[in-house]
Amino acid sequence: MSAILQLEHLKKHYATQKAVDDISFSIEKGSIFGLLGPNGAGKTTLLRMITGIFYPDSGSILFDGRPFHPEEDIIRIGYMPEERGLYKKMKIGEHALYLAQLKGLSRSEAMEKIRFWFKRLEMESWWNKKVEDLSKGMSQKLQFVTTVLHEPKLIILDEPFSGLDPVNANLIKDEIYGLAQRGSTIIFSTHRMEQVEEICDHIVLVNLGKKILDGTVGNIKQQFKENKFSIKLSELPAVIQSEAFTVEERKMNELIVKISPNHRSNDVLQHFLQQQITIESFHEILPSLNEIFIGLVEGTSATTRAFQQPS
Amino acid sequence: MNKILIIIQREYLSRVKNKRFLLTTILTPLLMVLFIVGATYFANQGKEDHKIAVVDQNGFFKGNLEDGKHIHFEFPEGVDTGNYIQKGFTDILLIPEFKGTEKVNYIIRSKKRIGLTTEEAISRRIDAAIEDKMLQDAGIERAQLDSIREKSQFAELKSLEEQGDSAKESNAALSYGIGFGSGMLIYITMFIYGAMVMRGVMEEKTNRIAEVMVSSVKPFQLMLGKIIGIGAVGLTQFLMWIVLVIGLMTAAQFLIPHEVLDQVNTLNQYNGQIPAGGMMQAGDTAQNIYKIQHTMSTANWPLIIGCFIFYFLGGYLFYASLFAAVGSVVNEDPQDAQSLMMPITMPIIFSFIIMTNAVQNPGSPIATWASIIPFSSPMVMMARIAYGVPGTVAYWELIVSMLSLIAGFLLTTWLSAKIYRTGILMYGKKVSWKEMGKWAFRKN
Repeated sequence: MSAILQLEHLKKHYATQKAVDDISFSIEKGSIFGLLGPNGAGKTTLLRMITGIFYPDSGSILFDGRPFHPEEDIIRIGYMPEERGLYKKMKIGEHALYLAQLKGLSRSEAMEKIRFWFKRLEMESWWNKKVEDLSKGMSQKLQFVTTVLHEPKLIILDEPFSGLDPVNANLIKDEIYGLAQRGSTIIFSTHRMEQVEEICDHIVLVNLGKKILDGTVGNIKQQFKENKFSIKLSELPAVIQSEAFTVEERKMNELIVKISPNHRSNDVLQHFLQQQITIESFHEILPSLNEIFIGLVEGTSATTRAFQQPS
Repeated sequence: MNKILIIIQREYLSRVKNKRFLLTTILTPLLMVLFIVGATYFANQGKEDHKIAVVDQNGFFKGNLEDGKHIHFEFPEGVDTGNYIQKGFTDILLIPEFKGTEKVNYIIRSKKRIGLTTEEAISRRIDAAIEDKMLQDAGIERAQLDSIREKSQFAELKSLEEQGDSAKESNAALSYGIGFGSGMLIYITMFIYGAMVMRGVMEEKTNRIAEVMVSSVKPFQLMLGKIIGIGAVGLTQFLMWIVLVIGLMTAAQFLIPHEVLDQVNTLNQYNGQIPAGGMMQAGDTAQNIYKIQHTMSTANWPLIIGCFIFYFLGGYLFYASLFAAVGSVVNEDPQDAQSLMMPITMPIIFSFIIMTNAVQNPGSPIATWASIIPFSSPMVMMARIAYGVPGTVAYWELIVSMLSLIAGFLLTTWLSAKIYRTGILMYGKKVSWKEMGKWAFRKN
């Protein structure tokens, strides 16, 4: 699979700060990509460059293998910014039609697609309602529809679930999966790590304008694992002494252990097997993305540098 | 380009389809007429009757002070400043004894304060009475005086303007009216539609639509689409007013009796003078209608309307983009808009002041210059054009003024677009004029 988007050494400086400072990464076609970072990390600036709203000071963007030309390529991108809104006085159907036409669809094409999506998301009865009468969740749904209506190859969603109830959030989530399956690439920007863990194939973490993490969710978890395991035993021996691991936590009949350097998980099992203790379960504890995220962002520049080594 | 059209369409239709637009378009002229009628009515109604007791030491004024509509002079006995109110007078006029040519002070005391116009009317009547007395003192009989007054004819001044070989009749009062009216109209519409553009931009920013929009269209397209769309709304409004006025005038014609219209036509044929011994005699109504028609015909209407549309559009485009730039940097707080608007509203108000001067002195250097500089040219040039092209305004002045207005709005649009582009995506930060200047003159 080839990359739909390739960023090479992108830089964007404002008067006082470096909003994006030499960021490169690439996004595979058809993947769901997570762009993460704390507030003010440079995510929005980065997304604005990808959508052609801003021009980078230096560096290049390749879209579908060719240099990015905002004016022509914009039709193939759908962007739902974090700061989003609608014209309050417009009717919903007209509004969707207006945005679709601005994306380059003809009137009849746009109508057809709007009907399709409105039906799909059960919004048909809304057509003549005014935007100002919509609840936050409803206007969120409308935003989503107008973003994906023109079947863009690249869909950029900035905090797409904010303001949605769980039912509608699931509905949108399913649509996102569906779009990815049909060949669209999705960039997903958020602070909500549990969503990223659930949805994204590949993530990039930016902080202070720099990329500090890049990889698949699985790989990153492996990278940041602390060799901790949870082991459930039929009974806990009073004293546990082993070179292979140290006990971090004791619960009822469960232990959290950390494996010492140069030892393997099998050494833990062996230790208890030798004592004839029944092992009920044994699994590795991987750090959640949230923990990794907080650890990286809260940390000083020293930790940031430390984690740059493996990547 | 196609996208700009879509934006223009939305901006235009969303405003024109609004019921409020139709209502204001129809009601504004009606309200204006009502206002003028009402103001005249109340100005006349509001006058109080003055019953003035005159105490004249010389015994001269009795019979010489003319009564007016609301002013009555009486010469009662035994009235003084202490008792005139009890005796039913509203004012008392004290005329001291004349002492040769020495100036004397007349004093009027009143129950209530006298208005300016009433005071002037009384003063004028006293002056007339004194003039009469002086003429009589000089040996002119009262009867002679009256007969002279009656026979004297007032001259009617007809002014002609050189135009190549022939001279064209011109009318200063009409020119003044047209000049002031059109200048005023441009002044008002500049504010109304400028503010409309600003509010539209602020709406897009505060409702967070801007970023959604600029991911599909360029900020410049968005700004220009809004400006052109709202300008078209303004033009539509003018067009509707013109149709309304023509309609009302046609309707009014049906109300005029047939004979009167025939008389007006005859007057038109003979240039206002019906030949002696003619079959028809023109009535007063016909004379008046003819006069109005004749006066109106002295103005070059196609030129004035054409220039008005040009200067309305030019002035609107010149200022609207600046209003858009201000709207784009304002955050939620409308107070910011007030202070940021100052540098734009000041030149508009200043131009208005120059315009009021230019309608009186259309040839003065300041009027000439202000009618060429694009900041003020829309209003000031309209004030001058009413006095005639090429009489008062030379052709070259008009051409230079138009070209510099076009160059001017291209420049303001270009600078504003740069401010707009940055401002519209910036939230939560108060922007100063200095920063806006930096954005405007930044290279890319």
